[in-house]
Amino acid sequence: MKLAYWMYAGPAHLGTLRVASSFKNVHAIMHAPLGDDYFNVLRSMLERERDFTPVTASIVDRHVLARGSQEKVVENITRKDKEERPDLIVLTPTCTSSILQEDLQNFVNRASFESDSDVILADVNHYRVNEIQAADRTLEQIVRFYLEKAKRDPNFQIEKTTTPSANILGIFTLGFHNTHDCRELKRLLNDLGIQINEIVPEGCSVKNLKNLSKAWFNIVPYREIGLMTAVYLEKEFQMPYISITPMGVIDTACFIREISKILQNSVKPINLENSNVLQQQNSIVPNEIEENNPKNAFNFESYITQQTQYVSQAAWFSRSIDCQNLTGKKAVVFGDATHAASMTKILTREMGIHVVCAGTYCKHDADWFREQVVGFCDEVLITDDHTQVGEMISRLEPSAIFGTQMERHVGKRLDIPCGVISAPVHIQNFPLGYRPFLGYEGTNQIADLIYNSFTLGMEDHLLEIFNGHDTKEVTTKSLSTTNGLEWSKEALDELSRVPGFVRGKVQRNVEKFASTNKLSFITLETMYAAKEAVNA
Amino acid sequence: MSEFIKEKTQLVFECETGNYHTFCPISCVSWLYQKIEDSFFLVIGTKTCGYFLQNALGVMIFAEPRYAMAELEESDISAQLNDYKELKRLCLQIQQDRNPSVIVWIGTCTTEIIKMDLEGMAPLLEAEIGIPIVVARANGLDYAFTQGEDTVLSAMAQKCPEVSQLELDNKKEESRLVLFGSLPNTVATQLSLELKRQGIDIAGWLPGQKYVDLPSLGENTYVCGIHPFLSRTATTLMRRKKCQLIVAPFPIGPDGTRAWIEKICETFGVIPEGLEAREAKIWEGLEDYLKYVRGKSVFFMGDNLLEISLARFLIKCGMIVYEIGIPYMDRRFQAAELELLEKTCKQLNVPLPRIVEKPDNYYQIQRIRELQPDLVITGMAHANPLEARGITTKWSVEFTFAQIHGFTNSREILELVTRPLRRNESLNSLTNFGEKLVKVS
Repeated sequence: MKLAYWMYAGPAHLGTLRVASSFKNVHAIMHAPLGDDYFNVLRSMLERERDFTPVTASIVDRHVLARGSQEKVVENITRKDKEERPDLIVLTPTCTSSILQEDLQNFVNRASFESDSDVILADVNHYRVNEIQAADRTLEQIVRFYLEKAKRDPNFQIEKTTTPSANILGIFTLGFHNTHDCRELKRLLNDLGIQINEIVPEGCSVKNLKNLSKAWFNIVPYREIGLMTAVYLEKEFQMPYISITPMGVIDTACFIREISKILQNSVKPINLENSNVLQQQNSIVPNEIEENNPKNAFNFESYITQQTQYVSQAAWFSRSIDCQNLTGKKAVVFGDATHAASMTKILTREMGIHVVCAGTYCKHDADWFREQVVGFCDEVLITDDHTQVGEMISRLEPSAIFGTQMERHVGKRLDIPCGVISAPVHIQNFPLGYRPFLGYEGTNQIADLIYNSFTLGMEDHLLEIFNGHDTKEVTTKSLSTTNGLEWSKEALDELSRVPGFVRGKVQRNVEKFASTNKLSFITLETMYAAKEAVNA
Repeated sequence: MSEFIKEKTQLVFECETGNYHTFCPISCVSWLYQKIEDSFFLVIGTKTCGYFLQNALGVMIFAEPRYAMAELEESDISAQLNDYKELKRLCLQIQQDRNPSVIVWIGTCTTEIIKMDLEGMAPLLEAEIGIPIVVARANGLDYAFTQGEDTVLSAMAQKCPEVSQLELDNKKEESRLVLFGSLPNTVATQLSLELKRQGIDIAGWLPGQKYVDLPSLGENTYVCGIHPFLSRTATTLMRRKKCQLIVAPFPIGPDGTRAWIEKICETFGVIPEGLEAREAKIWEGLEDYLKYVRGKSVFFMGDNLLEISLARFLIKCGMIVYEIGIPYMDRRFQAAELELLEKTCKQLNVPLPRIVEKPDNYYQIQRIRELQPDLVITGMAHANPLEARGITTKWSVEFTFAQIHGFTNSREILELVTRPLRRNESLNSLTNFGEKLVKVS
């Protein structure tokens, strides 16, 4: 047993439900007790979804406990089949049903005889994987199911699209800024003359999954979800994939160069397979392809330069004097592996900010994360315990935090500004306006986010210098709520004269000093003694 | 006319499939830990329970709440670890960090399925670490949403001390009144004052502000519930503690509050004074809201067991209730409330609503499509999709968290009910949602 107050990633079935409800016309049936269908609330509230969430429960109650589900699950599946006519029904086990050890696969087999929809059982173990891992797994499972099915069709053949095309894997409901990122990726690929083949799973019909192999390559924008599918497609159909997250100016450039590399490699085999492809390409984009060397068509260097200089303001921003003020400022980064790694690199490489600690709660992907951020931060924290993150932040006292909603709350307590860069998030992180994190527009958004977080601190500093504030109130900012320390009036006055941006720090230092020296009343003398102790 | 609106001469109870959306009963910790100030709630369950609590209860988690999860891991499920030792370790940690006067263990679906003997372990551990442990099985296998509070209070009732001989001697023959149900302190005070006006003193509340002042109970104790979902607690008080239950309508709405007070007065042989005038005064004050609801129709999808009382109040306000969905209907505990509902319908000459136990949300939505009610009171899972289809909704959970009891708070109920209607009025120019979103005047 583990004493837990808060968790970063949800339970496994949530991941499965996110995949299922992202597809078009797919219905998920949870084998769960009453009240476990709060996924519907999350989706309806956070995403402000206009449609009924295609998730229902086959309720596990006392009767089920006593006699087993018997016909109930099968009945629920066939009923949903008639009511909603989905293409696919995903039977989703929950923590409760996985201990009951009923033969759900058997129910699925029976139900698929009776229903027109395809029926599958999500293959996730509740006690071993979390939401993220389960989503990755389920996506692969569904894609595999439909491609295996397609392969059984004697007429199935892999026919690549005539012009270069890509699949985007891993755009999800309840994903952090996923819809905006998707739009930005589409725009980017469009600029490069690459057609979008399929976007999976958001808004995709399972009937289209058999077309996945038509694309020239796959894009996995987020590390957490979609990689398994990409690996499967590579193994089965020799489709290359790109797993670089195009977040920040440098990584976006890397991402585009990777595309160019893949395209240059794939021109030749296609050419051999189907000799008129090149001709067709020529007819579509004649001036971009030199007659002798078709590979030049996929040289995107000038595009990268132009976008970096004129579309993205981030590169210029880093040179502007505003950003000069940020040099060497301390920041802490925490979030999922993708966003935390990208953010760490952006802060260090592109803004000159000193990342004192970068961390992630994706413990299953710790090695990759370490490899990504090594050299870009002082220390790495891999944990899913929010108190550890809170303690790390209060120990390091950064000028800004980039983290999840939890870190935002820690920041509020310690009076440190925080930019939210990763799930888990609240409703305010599902903005109505266009806020991608990926691509060139994404770099602008991120630059704003970073600058605004630090500016608040700067403004405070300037206001103090020019005596702008007249509030001299001091509030307790220490993480432990009951330290039982009392301040004398003189000491409080003195504290209020300390400039705002370091006041919290001074207060905490004094209190730390007092408690280590077993003093419960803080006088002016205590303050000075504390100051001396720190200096010494 | 649809068969749904056919006039009925008596209340009809139906029961559907139970495929409906509601919150898990463990959510009761969110309000109970705030009410009982010296308590600590330990929910023994899985990540699913934990994620529900942190998402459904949102911000509260950041205020270092006095509740936590004992998250079961694979080794707990497969009994590789000793439950007793594990719980002892966690409870000692809680004792050290928070030093509560009581630890409430909330059993969940998982502890039920693996048959973890919480009731058996609690007394042993209690003796060992010296903190009372109350065990409540608030799981989704058996209960819905607010019934969680019922399981906790009924477990707590058994911890209430017996009325001492001294107390009995001092007040011979005099009977005492204990009220049960968790309310915010201000509302509890308001209700106490309301009874005091009639010369009735309350001997205690279950639960009080502190666990250490649980009321004493005994044969001379009358008990009365203030929430419609406390039937188990009522049963425990009657059977285990030999208390006498006053079956009254619940003090929700001015009509309900008056009937509640009258019933208590009747039991104690007091003739209520000035109640009629007080109720009339309250109704008068509600007039500005009543004009929004009169003649409007309402549909309760059902998820928190407050539905009968709310429907009864809204009918009194002049609304037409098509359907009262309710997770569970205890006809004995709610007898007086049902009677008042029937009386109110007859008095206002409106058809009796159908009461649907364990509703099926899918069928309900078909009925809503057909009936097109002016207001649907429903959970968050359906609210946005219904709004997108042009059906006005009110989120039902708000009724659980808002202060709705007593004369004073009647306004609060109408504030909630009329909010979507008032919103509709102020967004008048945005009608024809979807097609002509912006009207050209």
